Amino acid sequence: MRGILLVARRDFAAYVNTYWGWVIITVALLLDGVLFQAVGVTNTPQYSADVLKQFFYTHGGVSLAVGVVTTMRLFAEERQTGTMVLLESSPLSDRQLVMGKYLSAMMLMALFQALTLYMPGMILVNGKIGYDQIAVGYFGVMLMSSAGIAVGTWTSSISRNQILAAVLGAIVVMFFVMCFRIAKVTDPPFNSLFTQVAFYMKQFAPFEEGRINTENVVYFGSVTFGFLLLATQALTSRRWE
Amino acid sequence: MITVEGLTHYYGDRRAVEGLTFSIQENEIIGVLGLNGAGKSTTLKVLAGLLIPTAGTIKIDGVDLASASAEFRSRIGYLPEDPPLYKEMTVTEFLMYVGQLKGRSARDVAARLPEVLRTCQIEHVANRVIGELSHGYKKRVGIAQAIIHQPRVVILDEPISGLDPKQIVEMRQVVRSLGKSCTVLISSHILTEVSETCDRVLMLAGGRIVAEGLESDLAEAATAKAGVRVTMVLRGDRATVEGALRSVSAVTSSEFAEDTHGFLKVRISLSQDARESLVAALVTAGVGVRRMVEEEAELENIFLGLTKGATA
Repeated sequence: MRGILLVARRDFAAYVNTYWGWVIITVALLLDGVLFQAVGVTNTPQYSADVLKQFFYTHGGVSLAVGVVTTMRLFAEERQTGTMVLLESSPLSDRQLVMGKYLSAMMLMALFQALTLYMPGMILVNGKIGYDQIAVGYFGVMLMSSAGIAVGTWTSSISRNQILAAVLGAIVVMFFVMCFRIAKVTDPPFNSLFTQVAFYMKQFAPFEEGRINTENVVYFGSVTFGFLLLATQALTSRRWE
Repeated sequence: MITVEGLTHYYGDRRAVEGLTFSIQENEIIGVLGLNGAGKSTTLKVLAGLLIPTAGTIKIDGVDLASASAEFRSRIGYLPEDPPLYKEMTVTEFLMYVGQLKGRSARDVAARLPEVLRTCQIEHVANRVIGELSHGYKKRVGIAQAIIHQPRVVILDEPISGLDPKQIVEMRQVVRSLGKSCTVLISSHILTEVSETCDRVLMLAGGRIVAEGLESDLAEAATAKAGVRVTMVLRGDRATVEGALRSVSAVTSSEFAEDTHGFLKVRISLSQDARESLVAALVTAGVGVRRMVEEEAELENIFLGLTKGATA
């Protein structure tokens, strides 16, 4: 655990001590605010619960994008700059390296989430929603982001440069996001399969409404676990080159 | 201390090294020499725990790379040709991080830090951001990261590449001081550098060890393989000398370099050590032998002699 935290702390510091992490957060906050203004704050009267649901809908997408952009540097940048040798020659296991990197991206994600609290806070002040609805929504966003970050960690672990890692990560995440669309144009039983794996409509929607279903938690947890396992295997296989 | 037995590594179908067997004692400074593609980098990467060998065993103090890779790696300090540095960190922050990454506690690393900074002669840049340092200082910080956790073995891949002459002299001091506390492996293509700093040399060619030992031992081996070169100062006419040289079968070539004060200066190559026969032939032919000096086999010549004919 000590090794995991050590790697996570350094990587998180690298995000917040350089302009990179702040550029990501600033752009994401701007995008999040504009979308909230466009979708949530309209002239048409809406229930505050619906406004909150709209917020989490758009905010979930922005968070996934932040995850992909954040993770592209995790391993690919280390390879580009030659510092991967430091990690690979250390006594830490590949699993610890992957977990440390993943955790650093999750810490940046948590920072980003904290900076968006003012938006549901405005709904809370001006409408009738509970703290629990906000908490559940953020819990869902963090779970979905965790899955996205795990995907990005894997693509970064198999890529030699950051751009390639980001493109691959975006493709895989987009696949999971767009699965509900694919489900609409495919026949049974594939349509139900695509519906099941869709990040948004099937798995994330309950959180937007303030509901926690065990199956959704297990799903995002499984995706996270699976892709982190793939990332670990990718690192291990490099030693057998 | 380090024992390598039958080390073999393939990249796909391509053989990088095959059947390397050697051992290294404590506090030795070993030079690993080889042409490009000889297998130096692969050997060092395997020793640093970055690659799992296709076959063979590597042990440090009895700890096997295959069965206890984490413990094995904690005993190694590795500096690749391009120092792996986080350029946004200060030297102290970076060394504190690497020390802990290699398994030491923050307290241990902090206690060892002054000694490492002193050994690597980087005390006065300890609080500078690494990205702002010159190439020479970055190399030294690279060495510092390799020794911060007090490893048993330090592996330095081309530690003087890109350094200016002053930095090279300082780097030699650093490397020699490392040898007092740990075993050092240096890979370099600058042969004089290896000659200056190393106790023993390991020569690779075509993925195999072609020679191993002290420089003087290797010179003997090179002589046995490549022959002897002597420079003679002789009294007599050139035709008589040439006739005498033709009568010695071991003479492979001769070069009349200078003719001053009535003496002939001749550089002669012999396929084997036949110096007595050579002198006898010249004296018998009536040539006066004023002087005969054997050219010392420099490391470059030894290396070329020993790697001649080796294929990848």
